[in-house]
Amino acid sequence: MNPNSSISRIFGRSPVEPLQKHFTKVAKCARKLPKFFKASFVGDWDKAAQQREKIVVLEHAADELKRELRLNLPRSLFMPVNRSDVLEMISRQDRIANRSKDITGLIIGRRLAVPESVQPSYLALLSRSIDAVEQARRSVQELDDLFHSGFRGAGAENVMKMTDQLSDIEDDSDALQIKVRNHLFEIEEQLAPVNVMFLYRVFDLTGDLGNIAQRVGSRLHLMIAR
Amino acid sequence: MELAILFIVLAALFGLFMAWGIGANDVANAMAPSVGSKAITIKQAILIAAVFEFAGAVLAGGGVTSTIRRGIVDSSLLSGQPELLVFGMLAALLAAGVWLLVASRFGWPVSTTHTIIGAVVGFAAIGIGVHAVHWPMVARIAMSWIVSPVLAGAIAWVLFRSVQWLILERSDPLHYARRYVPGYIFLTGFFMTLVTVMKGLGHIGINISNAQAYAVAVLFGLVVAAIGTLFIRRIPYQEADKKEFHFVTVERIFGVLMVITACAMAFAHGSNDVANAVGPVAAVVSVARSGDVTQEAIVPIWILVLGGIGIVLGLATYGHRVIATVGQNITALTPSRGFAAGLAAAATIVLASGTGLPISTTHTVVGAILGVGLARGIAAINLRVVGGIFMSWIITVPAGAVLSVLFFMLLRWLLG
Repeated sequence: MNPNSSISRIFGRSPVEPLQKHFTKVAKCARKLPKFFKASFVGDWDKAAQQREKIVVLEHAADELKRELRLNLPRSLFMPVNRSDVLEMISRQDRIANRSKDITGLIIGRRLAVPESVQPSYLALLSRSIDAVEQARRSVQELDDLFHSGFRGAGAENVMKMTDQLSDIEDDSDALQIKVRNHLFEIEEQLAPVNVMFLYRVFDLTGDLGNIAQRVGSRLHLMIAR
Repeated sequence: MELAILFIVLAALFGLFMAWGIGANDVANAMAPSVGSKAITIKQAILIAAVFEFAGAVLAGGGVTSTIRRGIVDSSLLSGQPELLVFGMLAALLAAGVWLLVASRFGWPVSTTHTIIGAVVGFAAIGIGVHAVHWPMVARIAMSWIVSPVLAGAIAWVLFRSVQWLILERSDPLHYARRYVPGYIFLTGFFMTLVTVMKGLGHIGINISNAQAYAVAVLFGLVVAAIGTLFIRRIPYQEADKKEFHFVTVERIFGVLMVITACAMAFAHGSNDVANAVGPVAAVVSVARSGDVTQEAIVPIWILVLGGIGIVLGLATYGHRVIATVGQNITALTPSRGFAAGLAAAATIVLASGTGLPISTTHTVVGAILGVGLARGIAAINLRVVGGIFMSWIITVPAGAVLSVLFFMLLRWLLG
């Protein structure tokens, strides 16, 4: 007899694993950035290009996962979380990969070097932004337990705490962004004006990584507290 | 009645065939919450199904069998021509068997209950006359088809919310699982015993008072809970900080409960669905033996046993493979979910069996799973498939009716 007539078909695919897999890919993109910048600081553009290539490959893989999740999420699916929250989560997560790629694009396209005096404060901003991404990734990893316990109680409180910490990290990275802008401002007259404009752009995009990570966290918040 | 022996043999054969079909296909749906949760192996599931389907059929299957045998067709109209009832019931069995074969070939999730009720109503209304049908009874049955999934869903929702509240939401769920799961085991044992003793045993000739029934149920519940606790104690305790293993261990504790739930579910399925196959057989046998339709005795026990054997045969020849396939495809039901859905469905089905109402096991199980889903317990449920399962009875009832009218005409022309 036909197994299709059994009720096993009523179970759809859980969105949890795809969301987590996607974020793992996306976070890898962001984590490649320090290596990329360190290569660019010493003018090793071949190595920088290699790193960028890795980021591009990861970004494509993330895109593929995003498309797959969307295809597996028909309107007729009944889930403990809002379908629109899941879709919004994944598109926000995806933006982290896109930003990482954009940053490397700007730097490599113009052979743009961050001035030596600004490098330490820029690296501090970058690493704090990546911290935010990592914190968001850990929160998304907690989704397993949330789906298991039913979005209430100790597990949900834990995730709320994690997203609160994410906000703190993001505040930090905002402060660091102001600092790095000040450092650039102090020396900007000695640099080519067009490069300065693009450097400001790179700083914005880098700070954006933290912003987006925080927005992933707030969507996660909404998802839990339906 | 000169052809009495032939009629009885035919009825027994057709009934056995249909019971075989139920065992081959339908048992998988009934056992789905249990095998999906991986708390029991496929082999254990088949063994549990065989033992408890049989027990449910024999111990608690009498009420629904009586309903199908004489609750739907007004037999007083047939006192002059008892062979009409015989042809009709044989036709209903054939129609149901054929329709179930066709449906399962195409993968339509149809209900055996809806098929047989459609077939019985069909031959009576068209073959004999609209007035030959007990419409109030048919209306009650149709109502129960709407009520049963809703009721199972509500019970499953309450059960799963209580599991969340008592165990899963705590900061140390493992500790609370060890404390409360034996309580759920008691509840399962108590309830299943109570309904069986109060509603089922009368059909096999044992009558006991309510107080005795409660005493037996409490006793049985305590015994089962004690055995369950022994098994739970054998599961090693994991500290709360080893998080990955934490929920896995919690689920292993629920796994003990799942074994009890699987027994309850198989018992419930046997008590309700075996009637689909043997109800018409019982009708034929009582007419053929007495030569008239007025005989009002209890269902002979050998007929219930026949149904039980048929289901076990179906399970042994084909059902085990379907159960294995279904079990592999359901990964969403962990023991904590499977228990809530399984117990809710089993309770609803056994209650319905006690009142003699034939309801669809599949629909009840689906309703229970939806209830767990509403409590945010299941990651994803495909509502289109759910809709398809519930809609299938809209075609199943008339299909069973039309087929049974055709077979009725054919049998009357051949044998009448």
